[in-house]
Amino acid sequence: MVLGFDKARKPRLLVIPPLFEEANKFRHQVTEIMRRLDEAGVDCFCPDLPGCNESLAPFAAQTLAGWREAATRASAHFSATHVLALRAGCWLAPESLPGWLYAPAKPATVLRTMLRARALAAREAGREENANDLLAQARTDGIELAGWSLGAALVAELEREEFAPSAKHAVIDQADVGGQPLWLRAENAYDAKQADALVAILARGMTQA
Amino acid sequence: MTAETAHAAPTGPSRSDIDQTLRAILRDVLGLDEAQVAGFDSDTGLFGHLPELDSMAVAGLLTEMEDRLDIVIEDEDVDGEMLESYGGLLAFAEAKVVEG
Repeated sequence: MVLGFDKARKPRLLVIPPLFEEANKFRHQVTEIMRRLDEAGVDCFCPDLPGCNESLAPFAAQTLAGWREAATRASAHFSATHVLALRAGCWLAPESLPGWLYAPAKPATVLRTMLRARALAAREAGREENANDLLAQARTDGIELAGWSLGAALVAELEREEFAPSAKHAVIDQADVGGQPLWLRAENAYDAKQADALVAILARGMTQA
Repeated sequence: MTAETAHAAPTGPSRSDIDQTLRAILRDVLGLDEAQVAGFDSDTGLFGHLPELDSMAVAGLLTEMEDRLDIVIEDEDVDGEMLESYGGLLAFAEAKVVEG
């Protein structure tokens, strides 16, 4: 499945959503952003990554490398001219496309937060789980964290990957967009003003190109 | 005027900085406005009192505290008491910052 606005216009923007918990948190905001892009005359496409949303592939079999290939294939398929990647999606942005990385997440931090959530949930249920023990197990067997089945290969990638933005991509910080970071919200929310601000930055960049 | 400045913070963030940072994080996590978080006192209930504050949200909160306060929070540091109220969380954050 793909969420797309295709009217054979240029520019054409590939949108790579956040991963894991933040994929759900941002779903509404991504739609708000894409609707505004469409209104600004930009074609945009947000395909389901393998294992995510409507994809039938098992999530536990996915890797960052595999998602990166999928993002590159999607970029060719939709003849994208630019990319917008959000949070953990920034790790997957094809270097062949110019574009923007919105508030890139750090792989090790994302893994650590998910391990911590599982340990907290276990404690609440009266079980004692330790993030270090969980991680040791995850490295060989994979692990279920916050409802996501992470394969051992993905765990290894998250642990060792040092994400650094490519020179092709401009980083958009939360301060550039204003408001509260939606990925921190305990309850899913969207913010029209933030969508306006983000799209203004993108539209300016694409129409100048 | 001399080169000395009254604004230097040689020992890291002050107690009021930590308080402000913590309130800002809770504002972001809970989606509140300034006035609402300004109304938090040490007895304001958090984990276990606010249904939206589930384990994933608390995990995000702790990670954000590490980032913004430049501290490291170990698993064994985390107990029910520190998460139960604003006062508990603030006391924990202050102790961690001092510990460096």
